[in-house]
Amino acid sequence: MNDDRPHIEYIGVRKRYGRSNWVVSDLDLRVRRGEFLTLLGPSGSGKTTCLMMLAGFEAPSAGEIRINGETVDGLPPDKRGIGVVFQNYALFPHMTVGGNLAFPLEVRGMAEPERRERVDQALALVRMEGFADRRPDQLSGGQQQRIAIARALVFEPDLVLMDEPLGALDRRLREELQYEIRRIQQQLGVTVVYVTHDQQEAMAMSDRVAVFRAGRIEQAAAPEVLYEEPQRAFVASFIGENNLLPGRIISINRGVCAVEVNGRQIEASHVGNLPAGAETLVAIRPERVKVTREAGHFANEHEARVEDISFLGDHLRVRLSVCGNSSFIAKIPNIVGHGGILPGDLVNVGWAALDCRALEAESS
Amino acid sequence: MQEPHPPSSANARQLAALLLALLPGSLAAESITVVSWGGSYARACVEAYHKAFTAETGIEVLLEDYNGGLAQVRAQADAGAVHWDVVDLEMPDGKLACDEGIIEPVELAELPPGLNGEAPAEDYPPGVVSECGPGMLFYSTIYAYSTQYLKGEPPATIEDFFDLEKFPGRRGMRRSPLANLEFALLADGVPLEQVYDVLDTDAGVERAFHKLDSIKDEVVWWEAGAQPPQMLADGEVLMSTAYNGRIFNAQVLEKQPFIIVWDGQVLDLGGPLAIVAGTPRLEAALRFVRFANRPTSIANVAKYISYSPSRRSAVGLVNKHWETGIDMTPHMPTAPENLKRALQSDWRWWSDNRDEMNERFSAWLVR
Amino acid sequence: MRIKGPRATAVALTLPLLAFIGLSFVAPLGTLLSKSAYDPNVANILPRTLAALDGWSGGGLPAEAAFAAIAEELPKARQARTLVRVAGPVNRLKSGLRRVLARTARQVEKTEYAGSWRAALIGIDPAWQEPDTWLAIQAAGARFTLRHYLQALDLERRPDGDIGLRPEQSRIYVPLLWRTLLVSLGVTLLCLAIGYPIAHLIATSPPKRSNLLLLMVLVPFWTSLLVRTTAWIVLLQRQGVINSLLVSMGITPDGERLELIYNMTGTFTAMTHVLLPFMVLPLYSVMRSIPPTHMAAAASLGANPVQGFLRVYLPQTLPGIGAGGLLVFILAIGYYITPALVGGRSGQLISNMIAYHVQTSLNWGLAAALSSILLVAVIGLYLIYSRLIGIDRVRLS
Repeated sequence: MNDDRPHIEYIGVRKRYGRSNWVVSDLDLRVRRGEFLTLLGPSGSGKTTCLMMLAGFEAPSAGEIRINGETVDGLPPDKRGIGVVFQNYALFPHMTVGGNLAFPLEVRGMAEPERRERVDQALALVRMEGFADRRPDQLSGGQQQRIAIARALVFEPDLVLMDEPLGALDRRLREELQYEIRRIQQQLGVTVVYVTHDQQEAMAMSDRVAVFRAGRIEQAAAPEVLYEEPQRAFVASFIGENNLLPGRIISINRGVCAVEVNGRQIEASHVGNLPAGAETLVAIRPERVKVTREAGHFANEHEARVEDISFLGDHLRVRLSVCGNSSFIAKIPNIVGHGGILPGDLVNVGWAALDCRALEAESS
Repeated sequence: MQEPHPPSSANARQLAALLLALLPGSLAAESITVVSWGGSYARACVEAYHKAFTAETGIEVLLEDYNGGLAQVRAQADAGAVHWDVVDLEMPDGKLACDEGIIEPVELAELPPGLNGEAPAEDYPPGVVSECGPGMLFYSTIYAYSTQYLKGEPPATIEDFFDLEKFPGRRGMRRSPLANLEFALLADGVPLEQVYDVLDTDAGVERAFHKLDSIKDEVVWWEAGAQPPQMLADGEVLMSTAYNGRIFNAQVLEKQPFIIVWDGQVLDLGGPLAIVAGTPRLEAALRFVRFANRPTSIANVAKYISYSPSRRSAVGLVNKHWETGIDMTPHMPTAPENLKRALQSDWRWWSDNRDEMNERFSAWLVR
Repeated sequence: MRIKGPRATAVALTLPLLAFIGLSFVAPLGTLLSKSAYDPNVANILPRTLAALDGWSGGGLPAEAAFAAIAEELPKARQARTLVRVAGPVNRLKSGLRRVLARTARQVEKTEYAGSWRAALIGIDPAWQEPDTWLAIQAAGARFTLRHYLQALDLERRPDGDIGLRPEQSRIYVPLLWRTLLVSLGVTLLCLAIGYPIAHLIATSPPKRSNLLLLMVLVPFWTSLLVRTTAWIVLLQRQGVINSLLVSMGITPDGERLELIYNMTGTFTAMTHVLLPFMVLPLYSVMRSIPPTHMAAAASLGANPVQGFLRVYLPQTLPGIGAGGLLVFILAIGYYITPALVGGRSGQLISNMIAYHVQTSLNWGLAAALSSILLVAVIGLYLIYSRLIGIDRVRLS
């Protein structure tokens, strides 16, 4: 198969129910074969609808979805051959684990001996050997999800969709299963489209993350790119943590611009094509902020007052007043000699111009 | 689950009695419960003598309906909890109840004299008197049809009722062997005077049921006397057996285009009015029965419904329908024109055989 | 074991309920069942007659003592108005004896003793010279008897003591029992066929619409029996709404109006209508608990809608089908007023006979025996059901 061709294409897809607002609007997205793509966004942002349209449970109101270059418009879900893992597992309670796994093989008319072999393989894949005769309600949540994953894979689809599969599990189990899913995906080389609202999960697992907001994709990129180079303020605040300072661009000079924030001037990377004079939001990651008692280390250096300090083990979280903004956060690694600052101290904060991006100011 | 029953009027009455008992004596008027056959017959009795009785004695008459049989009378007399005081029985049941001791005997001599002072024993023909009281009215079980639905050549004989080829359509019949066995034998060619001789043999009963078999699938069974006029008016049945008075009332009051076929009519005696043994209101009940047996009371009934008096001196009092002014005489089951082929029901035979016939009828119905 | 403290209080709080169940359920049921095999009435009313008949077993006529005893006891019973309790059971054993006993009781009062009660009684009614009459009295006098059960099963004890089928024209109850079971089964299947899609529709509708639908299903529940029945008559009779509609639309010719009532069609229509909620509600509650993702999952796994329904949805609704089926079936077995009103001859079910024997023929022994057989049939079904589906999986709401 030609690997240059995208596995999945959304072309101008829109969706609404009845005469409501658009749940998904103008979606254009391509997924490579073997890619692990995560649709990330707050609830109601349209990511699950995108997934359901791909699976065939919903039909686009406009636009087209292609798989392997062919439109799947009007193709019922059972003809698409896509594995789907649901948030509530959707294991059939009246069948054993083995029965659940054999189900997709049975409806495909596979003979018993081969079926059993494939079921055993699938159980081995999710490390659940020996559970074939249990009933789903005898399994823990994590075990049930492994079985649900195995069931979505047992008929060897080349595309698997996962709709918040770890949403109902506790944190430790989630992390464990994140690695499992990633391992299995890489082992089998299947394409995975994964939906979550948990950005850490998205970062940890994905080749690429598409950030959804109000039915649109804000930015789709590899996790590092999203983190380091957010194109929009929503992405900057949704992925990781960011201090966002509202200001106005004064001048632009070769990728660096000067921004006026409450009468102070900040140097920042110039993102997009905001002209001089435009409103902007300056984004600075808290861990990139240095807090010192001396001055003169950085292009951006400002006086600040320490408002309060939280001790979080590996780092200190310091809230400061900077440039008239009293909820400015800085993270100071918990290493020897972090300064011994106290609330009420007057300090200097500074950061590199590269670590600070002037983004388009948004209405919301 | 038991289906919801209509609220029992018996219970309601007991409750009412209890409430009345709690009231100061002056408020609680004396009352008796009279049980009759409902519909236009009961209305006729109310107009004919219930109201007059209350006006004369001050005793209120509470009316209840039933569909015949001795079950409740037996149960009440047996349990000693009598709340039915007077019951309008069928003759065979009256005789049996009398023998069983569950109704009070009413001596003929205690009844009011005839119009011209005749002794009751003279005024009531011998055939209408049983030990616990006389039958008061002749009524007839006939069959009728509505010209609204039955067009073309009209049925004229009892044979026609059983002729599904000539008159295809459903038939209404009372859910009881009474009169039906007689109809069946008459239609099967048994002469009038031999009907009960034939019925007295097992083969004769079989013959009657066999004849009934021939129309069984087309029969809609009724239980209350008010049902047949309704079924005829709705076209639910093509013909139905019925009490002649009910059809008459539908004809004159509701202007229904009903025709009565008198051929093969089974003439029956209504009454006696029986007093349930053990009633605490024996005196009032007796007064009511005596009042009802006055020639004027009996003749009055015939103003409202076409049932003819059994007392000789009352016959002459029958004249016009109270509302329409129709001359009642030709509508009476005893009118000569209607008696051409009439069978007098043998209530003594039925008294002896009713239980057995009921049982066989039930079994036949289920088959 | 000693129960103390709060536990004792808790137990004490259940006492009124237990008493209520005992008084309103266990006691009447027990009394009823006992009546099917135990009837002391005749024995209490004719003690001397029965004592005189002791040892006599049908060879010739009984001794003069028996005639004398009954000549004394019958009028006494008549005066005490308990003759009915004797005449009924005796008459059921030999038809016509009700009249004989009643007439004798009445006549004996007026008869002077003339040396032989035997001659006197035979003079009143020749039935007294038939040994069968005395055998019937003797049999009715037994306090414990199985004859009600025999009769309820259309069996009888022959004179030689063998048990055999009753003559064909008096076999009623077994055919009726079968008819009742078949009608109930048919109604149950109809309710399932109609109720399943309705329940599914309600379970998958948005709350506002599902409430409205649920209300419509429950309306027959809240309608009085008579209104409901009258409504069916208005709808279904020959000149009724449905027939008139069909005729006016030219679907059926006027002369061939459909027979929709006073036959099996009427019985099934009316019973299915009123019992439908008992099928829909358990199904609905089970269906609502099935996540919609199950059918989506089945589809994603390659099952077409039919496979998905048969393999995934239907098996999960089995507890609802079982509960609804059991409810409808048991209720249908006990129905009799509605079928009698709209079912014509076919509306005669076993419960009609039970009601008839309780209310009209006053043959409570037979009514109790029939009820017991019905009860056993229902318990049997319940056991089969709990074996097949498991009663713990029944969901009512």
